[in-house]
Amino acid sequence: MKWVEVIVSFILTLSFLSFPSCGFQSDELLVDDEEFGLEGAPQHRSPEPIPTRSPPVTSPTRKRHSDLDSDSKIQFSLDHAFGDSDFSPAGTFSARLKTWSHGGQTLTKLRFSRNSFSDVEKEKFKNLLESDDFYRIRLPSNVLSPPGRDFIISSVKARCLPRESLDEHFVIHMEGVNVLAVNYGSPGSCPYPRNLKLPAKWSFSSHTVLKNSEQAPRAPVFTEEILGGENAEGEVVQPAERSFWAKYWMYLIPLGLIVMNAITQAMNMPEEQATGQVPAQGQLSAGAVQRGPSSAVRRR
Amino acid sequence: MAIMSFIFVFFFFSSLQPILSLYEDQVGLMDWHQQYIGKVKQAVFHTHKTGRKRVVASTEQNIIATLDLRSGEIFWRHVLGPNDVVDGIDIALGKYVITLSSGGSILRAWNLPDGQMVWESSLHGPKHSKSLLLTTNLIIEKDNSLIVFSNGRLNAVSCIDGEVLWKKDFEEESLEVQQVIQPPGSDFIYVVGFAASSQFETYKINAKNGELLKHESTAFSGRFSGEVSLVSSETVAALDSTGSILLTISFHNGKISSQQTPVSNLLEDSLGLAVIIHSSVTGIFAIKTDAATIFIRVIGEGKLEVVEKTNHETVVSDALTISEGQQAFALVQHAGSNIHLTVKPAHDWDSNLLKESIKMDQQRGFVHKVFINNYIRTDRSHGFRALIVMEDHSLLLLQQGAIVWSREDGLASIIDVTTSELPVEKAGVSVAKVELNLFEWLKGHVLKLKGTLMLATPEDIAAIQYMRLKSSEKSKMTRDHNGFRKLLIALTRAGKLFALHTGDGRIVWSHLLQSLHKSESCRQPIGLNLHQWQVPHHHALDENPSVLVVGRCGPSSDALGVLSLVDSYTGKEFSSLRLVHSVAQVIPLPYTDSTEQRLHLLIDADKHAHLYPKTPEAIDIFQSEFSNVYWYSVDDDNGIIKGYALKTKCSGNVADEFCFDSRELWSIVLPSESEKIITTATRKLNEAVHTQAKLIADQDVMYKYISSNLLFVATVAPKASGEIGSVTPEESWLVVYLIDTVTGRVLHRMTHHGSQGPVQAVLSENWVVYHYFNLRAHRYEMSVIEIYDQSRADNKDVWKLVVGNHNLTSPVSSYSRAEVITKSQSYFFTHSLKAIAVTLTVKGITSKQLLIGTIGDQVLALDKRFLDPRRSVNPTQAEREEGIIPLTDSLPIIPQSYITHSLRVEGLQSIITVAAKLESTTLVFAHGLDLFFTHYAPSRTYDSLTEDFSYALLLITIVALVAAIFVTWILSQRKELQDRWR
Repeated sequence: MKWVEVIVSFILTLSFLSFPSCGFQSDELLVDDEEFGLEGAPQHRSPEPIPTRSPPVTSPTRKRHSDLDSDSKIQFSLDHAFGDSDFSPAGTFSARLKTWSHGGQTLTKLRFSRNSFSDVEKEKFKNLLESDDFYRIRLPSNVLSPPGRDFIISSVKARCLPRESLDEHFVIHMEGVNVLAVNYGSPGSCPYPRNLKLPAKWSFSSHTVLKNSEQAPRAPVFTEEILGGENAEGEVVQPAERSFWAKYWMYLIPLGLIVMNAITQAMNMPEEQATGQVPAQGQLSAGAVQRGPSSAVRRR
Repeated sequence: MAIMSFIFVFFFFSSLQPILSLYEDQVGLMDWHQQYIGKVKQAVFHTHKTGRKRVVASTEQNIIATLDLRSGEIFWRHVLGPNDVVDGIDIALGKYVITLSSGGSILRAWNLPDGQMVWESSLHGPKHSKSLLLTTNLIIEKDNSLIVFSNGRLNAVSCIDGEVLWKKDFEEESLEVQQVIQPPGSDFIYVVGFAASSQFETYKINAKNGELLKHESTAFSGRFSGEVSLVSSETVAALDSTGSILLTISFHNGKISSQQTPVSNLLEDSLGLAVIIHSSVTGIFAIKTDAATIFIRVIGEGKLEVVEKTNHETVVSDALTISEGQQAFALVQHAGSNIHLTVKPAHDWDSNLLKESIKMDQQRGFVHKVFINNYIRTDRSHGFRALIVMEDHSLLLLQQGAIVWSREDGLASIIDVTTSELPVEKAGVSVAKVELNLFEWLKGHVLKLKGTLMLATPEDIAAIQYMRLKSSEKSKMTRDHNGFRKLLIALTRAGKLFALHTGDGRIVWSHLLQSLHKSESCRQPIGLNLHQWQVPHHHALDENPSVLVVGRCGPSSDALGVLSLVDSYTGKEFSSLRLVHSVAQVIPLPYTDSTEQRLHLLIDADKHAHLYPKTPEAIDIFQSEFSNVYWYSVDDDNGIIKGYALKTKCSGNVADEFCFDSRELWSIVLPSESEKIITTATRKLNEAVHTQAKLIADQDVMYKYISSNLLFVATVAPKASGEIGSVTPEESWLVVYLIDTVTGRVLHRMTHHGSQGPVQAVLSENWVVYHYFNLRAHRYEMSVIEIYDQSRADNKDVWKLVVGNHNLTSPVSSYSRAEVITKSQSYFFTHSLKAIAVTLTVKGITSKQLLIGTIGDQVLALDKRFLDPRRSVNPTQAEREEGIIPLTDSLPIIPQSYITHSLRVEGLQSIITVAAKLESTTLVFAHGLDLFFTHYAPSRTYDSLTEDFSYALLLITIVALVAAIFVTWILSQRKELQDRWR
């Protein structure tokens, strides 16, 4: 029994040694689904009058600083610009900052609250729609110490957004607490001849997706099958052996025809001579019988 | 009879089998290979022995080569690698080539006849310094020795085995050793240098054992600048740092005495800053100013005398000892289209040993270097030959007033390549010179037939091979039906444009660009890239095609740009202009004007866009597409990728209607602490994709995501951007991105943990293949990402297609949300790479193959099917039929698929693929130090007969068949007649 144990342990160690990278498969960055939390926040505008709200929108940005150290909840702001105008605050992202045991930090449970357009902004947006110009947004590149090294800018032709309401879709590519890029645009298609269309409702329906990097697939590891695999691959390059007939039918058919032709000709020839030389043929055939079947071939 | 002939005919047909790969006798039919060595830095002649006369050269591309002095062919050549700069070469013992390289730390000896390395020794010292190599005929302990000064240490090295015999350190921090001198016939060495730039130091050292015999030093009021020139074995000449005072210092017997002479005393007019020219002619030295070259003779104790002042470009060679105590040197001067080669004895300026005038091609520019060698003429007098290096890096040997041979070594440093079509064959154009007559054509075919029937004698076979290689068909100067004949237009580092014929690789024309010529306003011109400016086809066929050469005046990206337009047929530079802005990016736009001139957008360092050509027509065309122009920039240092669109006309104070402001549309900021951009790749602009749909095994359709705005970016951890093995797998990762460059959307992002660069990538159709190192597996890997469009995936219903209820014809917009899925897979690969490319065919129907430039400087073709992410261990029958190869962990290297066969493209830099008109064939041009060109058919030439198809055999077969028909007909007639008579 002991040697069985030894062998088992040996095999185990062997398998550990030979698949070191397989053991790695459960890496920490294979994040759970919660990371990709899609938190649609179609924040409907409160009925209270908004026209006067354009100056105080900066408040969420202020709040962010106080939130930063109190809890693992953080906020960062979204700014927007119409055409080439300057950026102004447009909304706030809030998320939970999850600190991992190995020191990495990731964001989860992203929520987005969009400030609705003021009248001035509405007018600006209408201008954008008319001139088919760009609606631009920006995010800080680091959510802990905004704006980080630089702002992440993204833009879309304004005519892509209006549907029933103003539909927008964010895909935020993150690496830890850094925002790398944001894919911003309409959630559906935006076919090229962009037609001027005003939204029915001047409110945003926003969808946000947080994306972290994917793990690349590993090169397959074969320990034993390498040889077999290569054989199989050679098989494809040089197709599987076919039967003799399958390979040479194109030569065989004409050859057969020729042979048949030759036979019929040969059959005809003796017939012609048959009338005049019956005895001679009798002799010959007698000789053939004596010599056995080999001479029958020669006769032809 | 008839049967026999039928059998024969079938036997012939069965012997005609398709050619699967390259056979030995096909080498050189489609391909050519040229070898170069680069710009020569130093040359040493080896002529005084009987046997083959050679010249040994070291070049700026770090190559040691020996050339045949009769023909200029390379005997042998060694490429020392990019970090192994050659400091000096010499010949020792008459049989070894000695090279000092890598900042004076590696000394090697190579066997002169065959280039084998004899010994190598590494020399280290206390500090970094100038490296000097001095061969002596000193004999120390019965060994011939070399004196090497490098890294602050003087070494005597044995020539036989490279052993260091003695060494002496010069550790004084500020000492800059300028010369190591051994007076002829003595057994001591002078080491001469400056300390703290103002003190002249001489050390007299015993050459037998390295013992310091004497050390003297003298301080000067001024500071020394640059080089010193050796006037005699105990006198040097130097200039002070203002360039206005000449110093002659003699240190006879270790006693320093010096003379100061203001330059203005020698010359009336002031010259500006002068520099001393390095030369070793006894008694004479030369100084060079902006305007003139001045030769000064030293008479006696520090007296100076100007012997000649020339305003021409003048080059001086080193001194050559021609007989006991007699030295000669060569001067080369330009005069119009001629150059004058003068050889003078060192002691007498006014007499000439040789004076020759040689007609020189203007396109070679000025002479940069000259090396001379002497020989004894048949009448026992001294003859001289000179090796000259020209401005375009070409190398020429002059002898008896003629150019014996020339080498176009500028082609060793190609910056960019583009192609141009040849002229169309017109009815009136006589090509009779290259056309064969009917008799020769028949003779050729009869010979070929003999070859096929194996009846040919060895002479016949040789004749057949010669005929095939020298086929006039392939080197004609007209366009051919298959598009194999083209001009390869190459821009070299020297600023010269070459047009090479693809048929045989000959130089059709070459042109030294005036715009890339050094001048007052443009001190350091460098060529950047080449673009096709005008490709006439439909309505502008009488115009010649032309190329645009973009360059800039200096290495920094904000230096002003230069443009020139060159006619592709003649090589004439018909327009050249200096720009008032810099050139950061050149964007060829997909629009052409009525003369088929392509519109180009030049982006300057301040992100302004400038439109060329500057014509009202161009601006009209451009205005209509104004809002559809987007571009991007990649800032490797900061890790920021930005996208731009055009805004308005430039708001500068100068009204320029061809200049536009840009606006930033998007930006991607990569965290600097974790990612550093190392590679980007985009699709080729001229790549054709045959179909968007891809049928997969179970009769399903996938739609390739085909966008010309796809950008592949690879980043690594900043720590891991160094050499392989400098970091642990935990600290290194490789992140790859696929980015849409119009909207800045990241379509795909993927991390390879434990991997690091260097990354080589190629992007084509809807896939990208990249190569990197996997630290965990200790192997190189290649990965593939394929990207498919899901927004069209539901167009599978036939009824939808019939009714027209599909979105296949709707225009694609980058602003639609990209619904893509990606598939990827990684495979191990044995080689590290120098370059990677993909085959390119005219319609994109032919399957693709990757062309891999291996570390061994060869080009390997690898079928893209091996890099299919859908490979699985056990493909189903349907998948096998589709061509899916069972999964393996590594990519196979099939020896037959080296398209360079037995050749090497030394120093391989890049592989360029060009589509021929024949769909099956792609033209491959690989360049580095060498050039290699071939035709390559990834799926074999399925659309044409092979080159060696025997038309004569076909003809004979038909004749035989017809004859057979007649014979059988007659036979059957006769038989019928006999039957009737019976």
